[in-house]
Amino acid sequence: MENSRYMIEMDNICKTYEIGDEIVKALDHASLQIAEGEFVSIIGPSGSGKSTLMNVIGCLDVADEGEYYLDGLSIKEYSEDDLAFVRNEKIGFVFQNFNLLSKLSAKENVELPLIYQKIQKKEREERVLAALERVNLVKRKEHRPMELSGGQQQRVAIARALVTKPSLILADEPTGNLDTKTGEEIMRLFHELHEQGNTIVLITHDESVADQAERKIRILDGKVTEVAPFESGVNNV
Amino acid sequence: MIFQSIKMAVDSILSNKMRSFLTMLGMIIGVMSLVVLVSIVNGATSSVTDSISQIGTNMLTVQILDDKGEPFTLDEVMGLSEKESVSATAPFSQGSATAKYGSTTENITLYGTTGSYYDIEGLSLARGRFLKNTDVKNSTYVAVINSATAENLFERSNVVGEIMSIDGYHFTIIGVLEEEESTIGNTSDRLEAYIPYTALSKIMGSSRQITSFYVSSADGNSMDMVEQEMTMYLYQRLGDTDSFSIVNSSAVMETMSSVTDTMKLMLGGIAAISLLVGGIGIMNIMLVSVTERTREIGIRKAIGARKQTILVQFLIEALLVSVTGCLVGIGLSALTIFIINNVASSLSASMSLDIVLISIGFSMIIGVVFGIYPAYKAANMRPIEALRHDT
Ligand SMILES: Nc1ncnc2c1ncn2[C@@H]1O[C@H](COP(=O)(O)OP(=O)(O)OP(=O)(O)O)[C@@H](O)[C@H]1O
Ligand SMILES: [Mg+2]
Repeated sequence: MENSRYMIEMDNICKTYEIGDEIVKALDHASLQIAEGEFVSIIGPSGSGKSTLMNVIGCLDVADEGEYYLDGLSIKEYSEDDLAFVRNEKIGFVFQNFNLLSKLSAKENVELPLIYQKIQKKEREERVLAALERVNLVKRKEHRPMELSGGQQQRVAIARALVTKPSLILADEPTGNLDTKTGEEIMRLFHELHEQGNTIVLITHDESVADQAERKIRILDGKVTEVAPFESGVNNV
Repeated sequence: MIFQSIKMAVDSILSNKMRSFLTMLGMIIGVMSLVVLVSIVNGATSSVTDSISQIGTNMLTVQILDDKGEPFTLDEVMGLSEKESVSATAPFSQGSATAKYGSTTENITLYGTTGSYYDIEGLSLARGRFLKNTDVKNSTYVAVINSATAENLFERSNVVGEIMSIDGYHFTIIGVLEEEESTIGNTSDRLEAYIPYTALSKIMGSSRQITSFYVSSADGNSMDMVEQEMTMYLYQRLGDTDSFSIVNSSAVMETMSSVTDTMKLMLGGIAAISLLVGGIGIMNIMLVSVTERTREIGIRKAIGARKQTILVQFLIEALLVSVTGCLVGIGLSALTIFIINNVASSLSASMSLDIVLISIGFSMIIGVVFGIYPAYKAANMRPIEALRHDT
């Protein structure tokens, strides 16, 4: 790999919330690096700052302090629309509660990020079908979220995350709302996606889920407490 | 992209039919009151201006109420046309009589006048000629009839040279007027005959003195001048202003149109207020909708919707509600106006393209003005907060 070519590089990121007099340091000088093609899990107990971290990584929120480079670019000075563009182009989100639009069919849900990219209808259709194929849900493309099981909904969400061919797939407790068996199915899907070269960051509080990743990053009280070493083939800079 | 936004807006309107309908109802009622009220004023205006312009707008009607023992003669009245601002004068009297031809008998309105009446009134002939000064001098029994009379009495239009009886006197038809195109309809059914002024006083057994006459101006724009000159003349002749009256129909028309304009503006204003209330309804419902759909907005933003995209989406929704409401309102207005015209005989309403365009324009403005704040609010939601929103 080339020098310092991390997908994600965080340097002393801080994020504090003030509620009344109380100040919560959701992220407290957190630093981490994730390289392209990695499958990393971020684990920590409830309230440790995992979701806050995911929001910063996913450009849904900006840090109060510290530097964050995504694909080598600092997003510090980005406007809201610039961030929307980055999210649209580079990041595929998978949420614990799926976050599908209930009024749209599976197909339309997957199509949405492509519409925001102003991609032509014909290409959109091809790519939506390919993504649904990838998660094995072509048959259900006309169904609305309400008509799908939890596992199927999460697969639609993964298809939506995949369809833009993002640099990074960011999943926050993707199995949290699913039973063990369905959760395992979803995890298998992530493994396959990883094998095909996708970079995956998976956030969880569940050790057994976290163990399935290549590498674990542990977080506690907003601090990164333990970073497993990079595996062979990735230079630790 | 814009197509997508419209589709989304339609979906969201349809997904809450009752609510969307009630919101539209505000616009519908507003547009209906605007269009219907203004159309009624329009109708009233055109029927009034019609009857005024039938009298003619380029002339004065002079009435002598008290001649102080010195009656106006034909020569004196005709002599008034010598005045600088006056083009022509025509004495005028009116009576009704029974006209007979063959076995047909009809009631007829008689106008006693002179040849200049033709130009003053702006009449036009279909056949024959109008009255001449010699007819008046010799009190000849000749008549010019309108087309309705020809149709009703003779049942054909070419009747020049025929003889009809008016109250037992035999009158030769010398001319037939062209059919009137009247917007009010019923006046053209009236049977009318124009006969020499002197002939009318003869058969009516009245005196030859003139109590009313028309004066036309030498130049269409100088009606006020003619009025001034006539007032001066009559004041000198009669000694006071109570003995005569002058009606300047162009002045009446002006007053009339300024009154109806004011009325239109006032009623339109009141109706516009109800449209405004409709707009507030839209804003209210859009705010509710934005709150309800906070999570949706969050998801859209998370996967890459820009501010503008969200703004346009909600703005289109507001516009769609207001414009659809407006179009429905216009449709219902047309129906209401149709019913008014066919049921209420005393009212006649006419819907103009102007008011339709104005109400569409106004509704669009309302849609944008009252939709922009909710849309702006939606567009500026922060994605994480919107995503965290429960529902
Ligand atoms: N919007 C907010 N306003 C105030 N405090 C917040 C906000 N979001 C998070 N926090 C606080 O920041 C800390 C970290 O929250 P975060 O949601 O990142 O935890 P988490 O690790 O994702 O927890 P969980 O596993 O329960 O999802 C918590 O103490 C939380 O109370
Ligand atoms: Mg969390």
